[in-house]
Amino acid sequence: MKYQLDTTVKQCDRLNQAYALLRFYPTDGSPLPVGIEPGQFVQVLIPDSPSTFLRRPISVCMADYQTQELWLLVRDAGAGTHRLVEAKQGEVFNMILPLGHGFTIPTEPDGRILLVGGGVGVAPLLYLGQRLKAANAQPEFLLAAKSQGDLLLVEEFEQHGPVHLATDDGSAGERGFAHQHSVLQSDISRIACCGPTPMMRAVAHIAHERGIECEVSLENMMACGIGACLCCVEDTQRGNTCVCTEGPVFNINQLKWQI
Amino acid sequence: MANLKVNIGGLELQNPVLTASGTFGYGEEFADLMDVNSLGGIIVKGTTLLPREGNPSPRMAETPSGMLNAVGLQNKGVDYFIDHIYPRITEEFTTEIIVNVAGSTIDDYAEVCRRLAPLPRIRAVEINISCPNVKQGGMAFGTTCAGAGEVTKAVRQAWPKTLIMKLSPNVTSIVDIAKAVEAEGADSVSLINTLMGMAIDVKRRKACLSTITGGLSGPAVKPVALRMVWQVAKAVKIPVIGLGGIMNVTDALEFIMAGATAIEIGTANFIDPAISQRIAEGLALYCQENNLASLSDIRGII
Repeated sequence: MKYQLDTTVKQCDRLNQAYALLRFYPTDGSPLPVGIEPGQFVQVLIPDSPSTFLRRPISVCMADYQTQELWLLVRDAGAGTHRLVEAKQGEVFNMILPLGHGFTIPTEPDGRILLVGGGVGVAPLLYLGQRLKAANAQPEFLLAAKSQGDLLLVEEFEQHGPVHLATDDGSAGERGFAHQHSVLQSDISRIACCGPTPMMRAVAHIAHERGIECEVSLENMMACGIGACLCCVEDTQRGNTCVCTEGPVFNINQLKWQI
Repeated sequence: MANLKVNIGGLELQNPVLTASGTFGYGEEFADLMDVNSLGGIIVKGTTLLPREGNPSPRMAETPSGMLNAVGLQNKGVDYFIDHIYPRITEEFTTEIIVNVAGSTIDDYAEVCRRLAPLPRIRAVEINISCPNVKQGGMAFGTTCAGAGEVTKAVRQAWPKTLIMKLSPNVTSIVDIAKAVEAEGADSVSLINTLMGMAIDVKRRKACLSTITGGLSGPAVKPVALRMVWQVAKAVKIPVIGLGGIMNVTDALEFIMAGATAIEIGTANFIDPAISQRIAEGLALYCQENNLASLSDIRGII
């Protein structure tokens, strides 16, 4: 079930120059719609902005059913997301949610599950980690960034499992890119990955070589977000497929990536 | 209560609001978010004789007050529609379902119509001779009077029910094309399809679309669409269906005042998935507030 609803900004925390964490609640005081899954996204309307005409698809960072809060991690990447990171408490944004097909939560978890995130791609992994832990799985996180100051929400991730870090300059964790981190060579049963496409491809390559189940979350340009316009398609084993409805999360075996 | 019913070449609609092909899927995508049966009808995705994969990604670019698309008629073909989609959506919806038909050859168009003709719930087709995103057919037929006339003639023989021809704005005189299809037996014309455009990503030094050019839609095209609807409505006797950047009730009223019998909501469905229902309700409210018995009191008053 999809919903269109107004949400109010409860809090907007600037994490650093480029990122903000926004916490929303349903404006009419109703509970958060049930059934929001990790890896799904929302379509946010940026009001009164002809240059950002279409809604902005943003990953669910956390759906907290205890506080009825929806968290979105937003990167200031253009006029639309700029409006969001600058949002003030009490501002109202219209959303359509929840959309898309999220990450797999194994019914019988066996072994360590590694959640690999880079940049704004760490967003869905927080909610995924929380849900995996609640399902008695063993999530661990590998968070990658340019430098220590660019790492996001590390303390929040630590609440749900061990956190491994990779930075380009070695200022935190291992020096190098995510796919070069030693944890990827350890005993892992499953990988969930979200970040820049080169990072996801490199991680997918390792998963493929090592025979590890791996899901990635794609970020193709979208218009409608609900499977009507066929703008966001990815060329998959089943032909051109809507990322907004069949994805954004895909098993790497479904894709045609040359890995 | 005002009477919002309109008649499009024998097809009676409960109100003049339709959804434009390619912007509303098969209606099912919107069923959680609005009452699809509140509409005059839905026009489903462009359907071709054989399945089409469409164009490669990227297919979409956002532009000021609009968007470019180059989907390229991705669809599973008419037989899949008949066997799988038609049974589903006719069970789910009571409103009119109009199929948008596209083709690479004149025979393709006619054959798709022949296969759709036995379906009782499909009482109208909209023939797409205006898609800017396919190499063969599509707009090629819609940019000359002879080509548009020939497709109309062939389809008219294959399709006994309401026949709507969807026209391209990428022509010197859309009025001449409209007259040509009217002369060959079209029951109605719908206009405009998207305007050809392009965008360049300066940072990457590449075109934003895989096909370089695509079709522009959204409020950016509305003044052009409105002018064309006004010109065509003055020039033909068959009903005109207006579309192009309609975002709200006021926009819809502008098209009706310019002479449109019905309207289609397209890109606006992406911004507000319930907008078509809101516009249908808004038109009823407008009539009530202005003491109009029907929209014909204001239709074509410009």
